Amino acid sequence: MTSRIMLPAMSRRALLGTSAAAAALGMPAILRAQAAPVKLGILQPITGALAQDGELGRFGATTAIEEINAAGGIKSLGGAKIEMVFADARSNPEAATQEVERLQSEGVAAIVGGFASPICLAASQAAARYNLAYVVDVGVTDAIITRGLTNTFRFAPGLAIVTKTAIDNLLALNDSNGKPARTVVLVHEDGLFGAGLAKLMQTELPKNGFEILETIPHPTPSRDMSNVALRIRALKPDLVIPSSYYGEFVLLARTMQQQRIRPKGIYSVLNGAASNFRFVKEFPEAANGVMDCNHWADPRKPATAELRKKADAAGLAWAYNIPLNYSCVKLVADALERAGSKDREKVIAALASSNFAGHIMPYGETRFVNGQNQGAQPVNLQVQGNDIKVIFPVAFADAKPRFPFKA
Amino acid sequence: MNYPPAIIAEAAVNGLLTGSVYALVALGLTLVYGVLHIINFAHGVLLTCAMFAVWGLVTFTGISPYAAILPLAAVFFGLGYLLQRYLIGPASHGDDGNILLITLGLSIAIENALLAAFHGDTRNIPGDFGFEVAPVGPMMISQPKMIAFAASLIVALLLWLLLARTDTGRAIRAVAKEKLGAGLMGVSVGHIFGITFGLGCACLAVAACLLIPSFYVNPRVGNAFVLVAFTIVVLGGMGSVPGALCGGLFIGMVESLGGLFLGDSLGQLGIFVIFILVLLFRPAGLFGARA
Repeated sequence: MTSRIMLPAMSRRALLGTSAAAAALGMPAILRAQAAPVKLGILQPITGALAQDGELGRFGATTAIEEINAAGGIKSLGGAKIEMVFADARSNPEAATQEVERLQSEGVAAIVGGFASPICLAASQAAARYNLAYVVDVGVTDAIITRGLTNTFRFAPGLAIVTKTAIDNLLALNDSNGKPARTVVLVHEDGLFGAGLAKLMQTELPKNGFEILETIPHPTPSRDMSNVALRIRALKPDLVIPSSYYGEFVLLARTMQQQRIRPKGIYSVLNGAASNFRFVKEFPEAANGVMDCNHWADPRKPATAELRKKADAAGLAWAYNIPLNYSCVKLVADALERAGSKDREKVIAALASSNFAGHIMPYGETRFVNGQNQGAQPVNLQVQGNDIKVIFPVAFADAKPRFPFKA
Repeated sequence: MNYPPAIIAEAAVNGLLTGSVYALVALGLTLVYGVLHIINFAHGVLLTCAMFAVWGLVTFTGISPYAAILPLAAVFFGLGYLLQRYLIGPASHGDDGNILLITLGLSIAIENALLAAFHGDTRNIPGDFGFEVAPVGPMMISQPKMIAFAASLIVALLLWLLLARTDTGRAIRAVAKEKLGAGLMGVSVGHIFGITFGLGCACLAVAACLLIPSFYVNPRVGNAFVLVAFTIVVLGGMGSVPGALCGGLFIGMVESLGGLFLGDSLGQLGIFVIFILVLLFRPAGLFGARA
């Protein structure tokens, strides 16, 4: 028995050895033809609960890499092409950490992505052990940039900035329409992002004259939103402020529509669905009128329209993940260009001193302080007539807010 | 937090309606346990398969999910029969411990095959199926849930009639009570095992058709239901059809009212507190025969 099992194992090892030797001999010959490519780790959850967001992020990153390579690669590295090493974060921090180990062993120059806050926290920390630059695409929890990790950079705004903007804009919206809203119900997913946001809202909203009737947490995934809807119906708030991922918010909006619950406004903050065209397309009635304070690409920049056209051609619903990952990859490419090296210290230094402006977000010139991009800010959006319109800031709004909303 | 009685009543009704579908999932589980004396770990993933089947049928042929009930139940009956007769049965070599492992292995294999085929994405059927509501007094009751409730009761009744009034039912009960004796009386035990497993799968197919209008499907969706179904089976008594029905309705109410008063994160707690209490104080369940 033993020998029968051993024999194939031995031959398999022998075969592996031969092919490895062949690869070692063959590889340099191929690579010598042009500058060695720079490997860039793209980490996104493409399986599990967050798969939909991960796919969008991956598309943004892939498109940016294609464009950079088509334009001649990294010139300071002799026109080196960027080679994507993709990693699936499988919607949980443990898997993300394992994947960072793999990306490290494959020798990537930096990692971009993560999407969810827990994934970004764990993955950037794992990358910090190897002094490997990590650019967070979305993860909004402020703990991501307050841990003193020098390798971690967040291009997009965090919870504190988003909440402040959301409240400022809500006040402006309410005041300019004769203050129709006073009472609020907060609905949030009970993870890092939703709970963190609800906590900020609970301290900030009462200071500005709003009364919070109740804060309703719910798990992700949820089977049913009937109870949340019933509680909202009993409380009769002027405003509902939800912060949830895609599936749960869609379920809530559908249930509220079904139960004929029509508050004066649904003002969501960083919502997974309200700024997603798939929701608008699949459930136009439930989506109509929903407002959201969220990441969004700058519609004034021509590259935004081009990217959106590519996303449409690929059959993907336009959402903020695409322009954010697109911009983050270009940010890293710019840093590599200025560093003129794949050396990790130099890449991190180049990111830290970045003044990159070739992105498509409404942020202005990039400037990192302790890893946070200072110019980053969210915008306010509203679903109007099967489209997602920018209603704040006025500088590039393409529609006027409809508040209180009447269907 | 004080709620007006109308809201509490509506939450209770919602719970009853949702509970009826839980009961249907639990019926399949309890039937297989009662006759084959095995816990079918593949139950959740078979529900997921059925949900994907309905989703595919509705999305690509445009038929109503309710029209899919009969054909899909027939297909899943056949599938279940073949699965038990030609895979689970022979591979177990007569050892119940092996069956546990085989169904567990099956669930892992099928779940990952679904993940490979459909990715982790969450899908809905197109259209406004889930939105229809019927005003009942001051309440707004979701139509798909009312249909699900009625259909679940009909399936439970049919199943009970089949077990109580037909020859096949008698044979199933005989095999459940005394496998060897039934075999000696000329009942083909392997055939009856297959039929029972098939009936369990047919229940899942019906449950899937009833769930899909107001729910979504992804490769892991079945697990969410099967944990609840296990609690119902334990509560109602292993192998009891009326037990599964009453248990399902009760658990649905507990979940809904728990969610209303404690919030959706904590509301789930009620289900598992009941699970532990039943195990401690009435291990045979409400309708179960004494072990």
